[in-house]
Amino acid sequence: MKESFVQETLQPRVVVEGNDLLRNDRGMVYFEHELPWEYEEDGCKVTRGSAWSAPGCHLGCGVLIYSKDSKVVRVEGDPENPYNQGRLCPRCVAVNEIVNNDKRLRYPMKRAHEDRGKDRWERISWDEALDTVEQRFNEYKEKYGAESVVFLQGTGRDIAAYISRLAWSFGSPNYTFSLSNVACFGPRIFAATMTTGVFTIGDYSQQFIDRYDNPEWRCPALTVVWGNNPVVANSDGAYGHWVTDVLQRGSKLLVIDPRLTWLAAHADCWLRIRPGSDGALALAMGNVMIEEGIYDKDFVDKWCYGFDEYATLCKEWTPERAEEVTWVPADKIREAARLLAENAPALLQWGVALDQREDCVFASRAVLCLFCITGNIEKPGSNIVGPELLKYITGWGRDLLSFDAEEKRIGTDELLIYKLGLQVASINKMIDHMIEQPEDYPIKASWIQTVNQIACGGVDNERTMQAFQNLEFNVFVDLFMTPSCMAFGDLVLPVTTYPERNGIRCGDGTQRGETINQAVPPLGECRSDMEINLELGRRWNPEGWPWESVEEMFTHILSETGMDFEGVRATAPSYLPFEYDKHEKGLLRPDGQVGFPTPTGRIELWSNGLDFMGFDPLPTYAEPTMTPYSQPELAEDYPLVLTTGARRHNTFHSENRQGAHLRAMHPEPAIQMAPELAAELGVAEGRWVWVEGPIGDTGRTARAKRVVELSPGMDKRVVSSDHGWWHPEADPEDLYDVAELNINNLISWASGETGVGCNYKCVLCKIYPVKEGE
Amino acid sequence: MNMARKALLLDYRWCTGCHSCELACQVKNELPPDQFGIKLNQVGPWEYAPDTWEYSYFPVLTAQCNLCADRMAEGKLPSCVQHCQANCIQVLDASEAAKIAAGNGKTLMMTL
Repeated sequence: MKESFVQETLQPRVVVEGNDLLRNDRGMVYFEHELPWEYEEDGCKVTRGSAWSAPGCHLGCGVLIYSKDSKVVRVEGDPENPYNQGRLCPRCVAVNEIVNNDKRLRYPMKRAHEDRGKDRWERISWDEALDTVEQRFNEYKEKYGAESVVFLQGTGRDIAAYISRLAWSFGSPNYTFSLSNVACFGPRIFAATMTTGVFTIGDYSQQFIDRYDNPEWRCPALTVVWGNNPVVANSDGAYGHWVTDVLQRGSKLLVIDPRLTWLAAHADCWLRIRPGSDGALALAMGNVMIEEGIYDKDFVDKWCYGFDEYATLCKEWTPERAEEVTWVPADKIREAARLLAENAPALLQWGVALDQREDCVFASRAVLCLFCITGNIEKPGSNIVGPELLKYITGWGRDLLSFDAEEKRIGTDELLIYKLGLQVASINKMIDHMIEQPEDYPIKASWIQTVNQIACGGVDNERTMQAFQNLEFNVFVDLFMTPSCMAFGDLVLPVTTYPERNGIRCGDGTQRGETINQAVPPLGECRSDMEINLELGRRWNPEGWPWESVEEMFTHILSETGMDFEGVRATAPSYLPFEYDKHEKGLLRPDGQVGFPTPTGRIELWSNGLDFMGFDPLPTYAEPTMTPYSQPELAEDYPLVLTTGARRHNTFHSENRQGAHLRAMHPEPAIQMAPELAAELGVAEGRWVWVEGPIGDTGRTARAKRVVELSPGMDKRVVSSDHGWWHPEADPEDLYDVAELNINNLISWASGETGVGCNYKCVLCKIYPVKEGE
Repeated sequence: MNMARKALLLDYRWCTGCHSCELACQVKNELPPDQFGIKLNQVGPWEYAPDTWEYSYFPVLTAQCNLCADRMAEGKLPSCVQHCQANCIQVLDASEAAKIAAGNGKTLMMTL
């Protein structure tokens, strides 16, 4: 071990030195720990392993779980883990107050169908619970076909893989993600696949065990944060404060965000964009680079396809035209374009804001094209293809689904991206289907695991409620009783938190050999999500779930490491082999040829895949459907642009609100606005207001309560809200106040042209004070 | 054991206001939600020149901090320092901290 000093004023972090490293016959690199994964310290048991859900996020940091008398006392960051290097965010630091929370579910429970919405749950045994689910799902399968049972997941975490496998092994093609138009990550992966053939992530050295000291790695000269706030929350497997790590090592910073975030205030250049107009901004930056001849001509000549067509499109987008659309001054657009062109390598830290609008495929491509024409692909410090153990994002267990069943997947008949590009069903078409219940294709039951749709990702609650109330049998799998389960659940299975179970850390971004290790026994009769799915899965499809235990199942998934679960646990974290410039070495294409896994073998600025599907092959800008420009009449009544889903330090989507310390940090939902707007509205900081807006083109409106938070630097035409709100302390039969708290009620279930991407980040609203007694 | 007075040295260019120090302290010292051994404070944001913002966070020690004497005795970092996501707090002998502060600027030195 050695200490890696960056600057004298910063806390040195211990990193691994090259000569301490061990390597197994599959090239997995690891180091020897002084202590085993479980040891005693000061009267506590310490369990070293990876964090993950629930409660969780998209990362899976290295943690030391301190427990005493079978109770979690606290969780600390593992200083030896190269991923987070001892650091942790507040949610994991205070995870003990979720693990030990007295509101947690302890036993399986059922409720009579006519008691939906009422707090009349009855404790049952696991045998009764699992027998009921097995038998009832089988009855629907026999009577109406397996497709009449749908399987839903929330945001993709380590549990997701086991949900897809459960659905497909049951025989249902109707497995999906409960966010409208699956507007998170999936659309961006699709857009990237249509461009580079692969999904790339920013290179913060996370693929190397020795991290920033690895001799092959280079610090990015520029970090581009586009549509996310990584120091508050993060996805794509990227630990958010890697951004400050690379800034401390000399990277410049470009931030595209409607809010003056801390990162925006500290950026070399901040573009205060109008939410939803990212595609136009990206094309104008392309315009500047091409007009000024400052893009990477060699890289484009060698590796890019369709540059002339792309350049013709960019030509239309002068910075002056883009200024009118994006509200970013033309000179700032020029400055940003030059910053990107002149600072290589540059990495793209892009986020969910690009998925959450109806033009997401094209906007995401427009942004990615900037990194392609500047050659920022597969170079040290740019965007790279990370090594993977399990391609979980496309689901696990697809081979178990028959061709006949696949033909019935909801959405594939109308939406080509679902038929050809995604493996999930369209949740939006599924909601339509559940409401309409066509005679030849009814939906009867649902499996709802890691989902709280009426508080969080779901939109237009009136329609969501109607859809799920139409089903005969809804099964929830969760840590807590939630508004959604209280509204329309018939049976609920209680799950363990991560310190109470085993698992593997195998998810977004660069994957590693790392395990989640059980530190304490489960609360009450809780079982892990994986145990539940393995048990039910093998009842329905024993060949699809041939493992005796979850650990045996994990060993199967980890086969590429050459180690079993115990071996991976003992050596964790272990790192997969990695190389840069894979496109030059024939390592990206299945046929072993050089280039990218696209039809032309090149990066397709002009996409053959999209053209084949009948979509625009260029990243053309289309104004999102609920903006002041696309809806000028509605905008007279609803003049403000609303962007939802602002992340907060203390919560992850609808989780964590039960913890006293976490809750105290940000106790109620906020609406952030410029002080100038608050003055015009006559509302002060801390005042409760209603945020009201039209629900797409439904002709209906909805509103949500928010607390005013002043946010200097914002455009006074834009407001921003956090999401996922409910009050676990409120009356269950009022559904924990969710009706007046869910900001995504202002968004519609419309499928749009492509069926992917939904306007969570760009709708219209107005704001007025909450009256006394409301 | 080194009995020299210890100090926390904050490089306030980098604190992103993530609250990890606050929570790490509260959990370690079993403090209620409204009491802190280290408390985050915010300055700004305001624009003092075109496109130039003052926007800083300053975690400061309180009377309930003992610089995690028990952890330090075991060779560990104080909990706030270890969990600081931006790496911008370190614990040092006060004389060393003063020297670094004098040589670098943009720092805040705190002693008990």
